[in-house]
Amino acid sequence: MNTPDLAKLIFGRLSLEAIPYHEPILLATFAGVAIGGIALLAIITKYKLWGYLWKEWFTSIDHKKIGIMYMVLGIVMLLRGFADALMMRAQQAIAFNGNPGFLPPHHYDQIFTAHGVIMIFFVAMPLVTGLMNYVVPLQIGARDVAFPFLNNFSFWMTVAGGLLVMASLFVGEFARTGWLAYPPLSGLAQSPDVGVDYYIWSLQVAGVGTTLSGINLIATIVKMRAPGMTMMKMPVFTWTSLCTNVLIVAAFPVLTAVLVLLALDRYAGTNFFTNDFGGNAMMYVNLIWIWGHPEVYILVLPVFGVFSEVVSTFSQKRLFGYASMVYATVVITVLSYLVWLHHFFTMGSGASVNSFFGITTMIISIPTGAKIFNWLFTMYRGRIQFDVPMLWTVGFMVTFVIGGMTGVMLAVPPADFLLHNSLFLIAHFHNVIIGGVVFGLFAGINYWFPKAFGFRLDPFWGKCSFWFWLVGFYVAFMPLYVLGFMGVTRRMNHFEDPSLQIWFQIAAVGAGLIALGIGSFLVQIYVSIKNKDKLRDVTGDPWHGRTLEWATSSPPPEYNFAFTPVIHEADAWWDMKERNATRRTEGYLPIHMPKNTAAGVIIAGFAFVFGFAMIWHMFLVAGLAFLGLLVSAITHTFNYKRDYYIPADVVERTETARTEELAAHV
Amino acid sequence: MSAHAESHDHHHDDHHDDEVVSHSTMGGYLLGFFLAVVLTAIPFWLVMDKVIPDTRTLSVVLLAFAAIQIVVHMIYFLHMDTKSQGGWNMLALIFTLVLVVITLSGSIWVMFHMNANMMPGMSHDMSQQVKNLP
Repeated sequence: MNTPDLAKLIFGRLSLEAIPYHEPILLATFAGVAIGGIALLAIITKYKLWGYLWKEWFTSIDHKKIGIMYMVLGIVMLLRGFADALMMRAQQAIAFNGNPGFLPPHHYDQIFTAHGVIMIFFVAMPLVTGLMNYVVPLQIGARDVAFPFLNNFSFWMTVAGGLLVMASLFVGEFARTGWLAYPPLSGLAQSPDVGVDYYIWSLQVAGVGTTLSGINLIATIVKMRAPGMTMMKMPVFTWTSLCTNVLIVAAFPVLTAVLVLLALDRYAGTNFFTNDFGGNAMMYVNLIWIWGHPEVYILVLPVFGVFSEVVSTFSQKRLFGYASMVYATVVITVLSYLVWLHHFFTMGSGASVNSFFGITTMIISIPTGAKIFNWLFTMYRGRIQFDVPMLWTVGFMVTFVIGGMTGVMLAVPPADFLLHNSLFLIAHFHNVIIGGVVFGLFAGINYWFPKAFGFRLDPFWGKCSFWFWLVGFYVAFMPLYVLGFMGVTRRMNHFEDPSLQIWFQIAAVGAGLIALGIGSFLVQIYVSIKNKDKLRDVTGDPWHGRTLEWATSSPPPEYNFAFTPVIHEADAWWDMKERNATRRTEGYLPIHMPKNTAAGVIIAGFAFVFGFAMIWHMFLVAGLAFLGLLVSAITHTFNYKRDYYIPADVVERTETARTEELAAHV
Repeated sequence: MSAHAESHDHHHDDHHDDEVVSHSTMGGYLLGFFLAVVLTAIPFWLVMDKVIPDTRTLSVVLLAFAAIQIVVHMIYFLHMDTKSQGGWNMLALIFTLVLVVITLSGSIWVMFHMNANMMPGMSHDMSQQVKNLP
């Protein structure tokens, strides 16, 4: 074998050309990221935190720590995704009257694609999974999830996928196809570069993590509930988590399969979705929305659970219509598989098909509407406390109803023919995703933060964050509804009609307000850490909560509960408080726990290298990485030293410390 | 500590104390085997002796036998019943079937119309069929 071939085998199509040093924006970003990254690494090294991070966090199989790491990942990626959003808003606000703006089309196209991919897969998904990971085992009285190692592995696979997307910023480019990468545009003929390959491999790697974590949480909820907790006594958040994970396990394989087909088209010369040789791009659109519509509910169902917990806690009442809430969730789970075609009414399936899917879409709004009424009736005559989580919830109820109504408008096929692909659609789905998912995540973060860290988040900055987000959302997206009615299409780089500019400028102001909201949230965390002694909660139950997670200390010990609680009521902790149940303080037993392992980091690391090598056609490296992945996975199966016992006296010491703390403060 | 907590604490061990697994008896396996043989023999006879001359009817009948065969296998060999794993197995099976049916039949329905309306030049017999549609 001669030298050029060997170089090609090792480096594939990767060369120095791939580093975009001719793009000033990217260069500046890279400089910023490099300086920030080096500073972070220097701080970690200076304070000798590497060992701590590795032992206590990266290799941890504790569901609580993994949950927190998911949240950190989601928040970091939110900053990246939101930077993309700001750039788009700024570009569209200035690119009028022959001004090309500051983003050339090929860069702009990457930005809107990356924005969508990052916000859905690497912001919303990790944040939702993080909340479920942290809260569900505590709510059902379990010590950990069903498969603790798998949980760690799932997290690192998600990180590996996120790293691939981030790498595309500085090595090569990202897809220019929109967030679902429709062929034929995403096919080899129209997108010969690495962008779509980055898209495919980052989603495939992260998708493994998502699917496995779905399986893990289903097994946890089905098999590990505390004695007495029948299905209809499960907290609503656990119920919505169960349905979400069922959706994940059922829907993500479809995404995996359709991306495999696209990858085969690009790598192996098949013709599933090409224009020629009998390929049919419409099949891709059909398949990806069979995943894509359930995905919408994967994101929103858990936050419906968050709102249910928050509303009943802060109204100090039982949730109105628990059973109807559960049935509504289950109905949504099934119906979410019957509406996918409403994403492509205009593709030409004709009147009969369109009317069927239009009607099913309108039907699915019924259980969602029922939930809204349940929350309203829970608040009715409740003793409502407007703490920060409750503010987010009320903001959600108003905003989400508007988003739901525009959704029903889009569900009418003739109306959709006018609104399809316009900014009205963009306004609609940001209306439900920001007004629903994001508000819910902030409600959840503010609600469960004291459980995770033992002190509350600062309410002043929390309120600032809420109001900036709420006002910012309306200022940013209401103009898009208007523009949508005027027929302005999405994903435009610049505009000819100067009369539209004012609306884009208003929207840009809104994006600025949202930026202040995100900034306030970061300040909120900083201020809270600084004032943590003032915000400290020693009771473990700062909100006078109702469900089991508030029964243990904040933060909970690694074993969660010294004694597995016995459940009599749906609001188990409330019931215990009503009955004046006392904490058991003797007779501790050794607790059997899983041991930390580095296998998750290692296997996901190989998956990252494999993905990167496949993107750049470095097939030798890809082969070696895949081999490494298999070998490390198999080696891990021979690791039999996976568990240990926390001795009874250690448990006793921990629990006695808590008893003393409780006695001192209550 | 309760038995339930114990069971998940030891999930790497060989404890399966909270799992109710239904083990079929010898009679059950024999009955299943007998049904499977009969359900194979009848279609074989139908085909070999050309009992049903119309091929379309024949294929529908054969598919029906195949469907019954699947059910027999699931009940007698895979021990699918309404009680195993507290009913979760049956629930998961029904849910899977519902989703698979929705996905497959929906895709075929949708893609047939897409193909007929949007790609008339691609396949001639397809466009013939469109003309025959009501």
